[in-house]
Amino acid sequence: MSGLCNHALQGTGLTGNTGSPVHRLDPRAKVVGLLGVSLVAVTTPLSAWPVYLACATALAGVAALARVGPRTIWRRGRFVIPLVLFVAVFLPFVRGGEQVELGPLSVSAAGLAAFAAVSVKAVLGTVSAILLGATTTFPSTLRALEALRLPRLLVLIAGFVYRYLFVVVDEVQRMRAALAARGYRPRSALQAGAVGRVATALFLRTHSRGERVYLAMLSRGYAGSVPMLDRLRFRAADVAFVVTIAALVVPIRIVEVLP
Amino acid sequence: MSCVLSARDLRHRYPDGREALRGVALSISHGERVALLGPNGAGKTTFVYHLNGLLQGTGELQVAGVQVDGDQAIRELRSRVGLVFQDPDDQLFMPTVREDVAFGPLNQGLTREQALARVEEALAAVRMGHAAERAPHQLSMGERRRVAIATVLAMQPELLVLDEPTANLDPRARRELLLVLDEIQRTMLVVTHDLPFAAELCERAVILSEGRIVADGACASILADEHLLARHDLELPAGFDVACLVSSGRGRRAHQRLKLASAEA
Repeated sequence: MSGLCNHALQGTGLTGNTGSPVHRLDPRAKVVGLLGVSLVAVTTPLSAWPVYLACATALAGVAALARVGPRTIWRRGRFVIPLVLFVAVFLPFVRGGEQVELGPLSVSAAGLAAFAAVSVKAVLGTVSAILLGATTTFPSTLRALEALRLPRLLVLIAGFVYRYLFVVVDEVQRMRAALAARGYRPRSALQAGAVGRVATALFLRTHSRGERVYLAMLSRGYAGSVPMLDRLRFRAADVAFVVTIAALVVPIRIVEVLP
Repeated sequence: MSCVLSARDLRHRYPDGREALRGVALSISHGERVALLGPNGAGKTTFVYHLNGLLQGTGELQVAGVQVDGDQAIRELRSRVGLVFQDPDDQLFMPTVREDVAFGPLNQGLTREQALARVEEALAAVRMGHAAERAPHQLSMGERRRVAIATVLAMQPELLVLDEPTANLDPRARRELLLVLDEIQRTMLVVTHDLPFAAELCERAVILSEGRIVADGACASILADEHLLARHDLELPAGFDVACLVSSGRGRRAHQRLKLASAEA
């Protein structure tokens, strides 16, 4: 089963040089550092473009250290980035104000600026997330979030989502195969009903699996909280990582965007 | 000999009115391996859930020295009875194998070091020591099944209960599972439809049908009784001969255990 499945989920997990200094960092350092870069990028107005440059430099440095190449970043980002750009691309047309001629089109200057800002922020945020994902396993990211005092319930839910995503994708693929095996090839919207019934069946199956998982937890003594096994250790390298990133992006952010 | 499990007139009625257990009477001694056989809908899973307090019925039930009534008793019960669910994907819910196996011991209040020692021991017992850092979805069905067994072995239960352990396994994974289980020295209750598997692993068999225990005896003699099996919608694979299994050496261990048990009695 697991052999056939999961092509939808390929392109997740560790990549690059998995023994690199970045891969070996405490996951908390990576979460704080990369989330910090995203936050700085997102909260900076476009006029302060050197801040973006600093953020991009920090991310490029991390990627180079971890040996995560531009192709990997593109492969993993191509699902997210176009989606954001698609939303942002309408901004130049719907904003009012001063108009600029762009070839045959007449677009709003303010809109164009907003489009550029949203695009840059989206790309920086996505690349940060990709770098975190490429250098940190999902379980260690969860441990980091938990250690950073994210509510345990949310961490637990994220853990279940990760664990059962693979199971559910398996089930979806089996159901799709079953539809196709009986010649299902929808030619009009009226024939799409079968997809709805598949969704219903999937929902019911997932619900009853949830109940069984809960019973399995109870039978191993679950009483409301999941015990934590691993303690994380923050070493000198982790401090250095966070301090370097902060030194790159925080001062310039403060200087560029003075009140 | 003291009993690990003793049920008397155990009854359970589901909220929809269906009576799944109609007075089950069963006792299992320390060190026994018992196969619980029965057709679908006979109440096997319902009965097994009672052993871990997941369901509660009326009548008398004592498991691993715990009289099953009240919440305190049930917490105690869960650390003494290890229940392995039919679908390992239900049983393995943590992101890595190691965390999953440690879940039970940590819930029992062990320290991190003690829990890790238990994890190592339990994974070694099911020959899965190499997979500690892997995620359950990266394992094959047979491997997942063995890890699921490790998750309860790590709690060092007095009674190990397995629900359909051979479901969805290919012959090789089934053989590996049999070898692993045969090495485990614990009282076992194995719920199964796989009669040859029961014959190789267990020296005693009981048949549960329509909510009652209808037969109880040596596994080899129960499986040899074609009419008894047929009455309860069970049958051996075509051409399978229990006597041949016992004399050929496979299942010999189960047979020896039976002889030992009767000598003790």
